[in-house]
Amino acid sequence: MTVLEARDVHLSFGRTPALRGADLRVAEGEILAVMGPSGSGKSTLLHCLAGILVPGSGEIHFDGHRIDQLGETGRSALRRDRFGFVFQFGQLVPELSAEENVALPLLLSGVRRTQATAEARVWLARLGLDGLEGRTSGELSGGQAQRVALARGLVARPRVLFADEPTGALDSLTGEQVMDLLVSSARDEGTTVVLVTHEPRVAAYADREVVVRDGKVLAVTAEAVA
Amino acid sequence: MTVPLTLLGLLEREPSHGYDLKRDYDAFFGRDKPLSFGQVYSTLSRLARDGKVVISDPEAGAGPDRKRYVITDSGATEVDSWLTEPVAPEPHLQTVLFAKVTLSLLLGRPAEHYLDTQRAAHMQRMRELTTVKRSGSLVDALLADHAMFHIEADLRWIDLTAARLDALAQEVRR
Ligand SMILES: Nc1ncnc2c1ncn2[C@@H]1O[C@H](COP(=O)(O)OP(=O)(O)OP(=O)(O)O)[C@@H](O)[C@H]1O
Ligand SMILES: [Mg+2]
Repeated sequence: MTVLEARDVHLSFGRTPALRGADLRVAEGEILAVMGPSGSGKSTLLHCLAGILVPGSGEIHFDGHRIDQLGETGRSALRRDRFGFVFQFGQLVPELSAEENVALPLLLSGVRRTQATAEARVWLARLGLDGLEGRTSGELSGGQAQRVALARGLVARPRVLFADEPTGALDSLTGEQVMDLLVSSARDEGTTVVLVTHEPRVAAYADREVVVRDGKVLAVTAEAVA
Repeated sequence: MTVPLTLLGLLEREPSHGYDLKRDYDAFFGRDKPLSFGQVYSTLSRLARDGKVVISDPEAGAGPDRKRYVITDSGATEVDSWLTEPVAPEPHLQTVLFAKVTLSLLLGRPAEHYLDTQRAAHMQRMRELTTVKRSGSLVDALLADHAMFHIEADLRWIDLTAARLDALAQEVRR
């Protein structure tokens, strides 16, 4: 079943065309890697799928409903309640502890503080961060901070996790640990993942990959190669 | 070339019987391609002939499986230099990929499509190796990693070539 779909999406920043007729379908529970050269439109596509940006033309469907026609309020509710996010840098609130950062999406959805904190602790432990609950992002290594960000992205049990270069700031060993956790947690929860990366090693954790080139999505299979 | 040196290297740990050498070789190095006993004994007898190993206290009339092999100083020196000297960096697939792209352009065929499908095949292999890595032992993971780094090098070349295809086409067709 298709959970997320882009149909003939176009989007320009002023005169710069970023997407020029992008089509994509993401199946429920699928882990999809979006690859492609720098500037090809990967992040823009992710932002459109996640209801952060609204396409100039074309359609975005989530769970069979068009989300590109929703207003900002509707899209922000969708992002809060249905989607999780992990980005490359700077996503943790620096004044808050790891635990408070992870609890944040739940608090914003109206979950009571004691319950939000308890769930945050469960996720931190699951990602191997027990004992670090009280640290702020400045007191964590890059890999630890990224695991906190991952816990925050998953704590509200999103239908779709959007990850844009989630390991971009990490060395390859740490990056692989984060990917391992991301993939196994997403599988356990049945979460669909849209993973933007230009690294084959990271993309290789996905079930399938598409390549964005010049604002269009190419889905190539290896069939033709013997 | 690698099999005799690897067996010799295993003998440097301790004197062994052919059977034990085969078992250890297969466990560490022969996962895809186990050695046959024939290959083990013929290799060991060549190593003995070349003075790299000797047979310790052979029992009179004993078969090959009863012999215990011991590495000699000359054998140990050979293992040492093999393990310390770098291997000539050798292009593997590179020449094939290059030939296919260049020939496609010369013939006016869609090289971009070829690169895309080759890329997809490489990514498919990367996914298989990632699965091996995530489910196997550390030895499996190290082997998979080695293969993955090579595939990544090809992938980089594929992406770079795809980005330069127009210029390359002009150059070869001139
Ligand atoms: N906020 C913006 N304002 C103006 N132009 C933008 C903006 N965001 C992206 N662009 C342009 O849109 C195009 C696509 O950008 P996008 O960020 O989607 O690329 P990308 O594939 O994610 O690249 P990278 O791998 O470098 O992150 C580029 O030409 C970029 O310069
Ligand atoms: Mg980007």
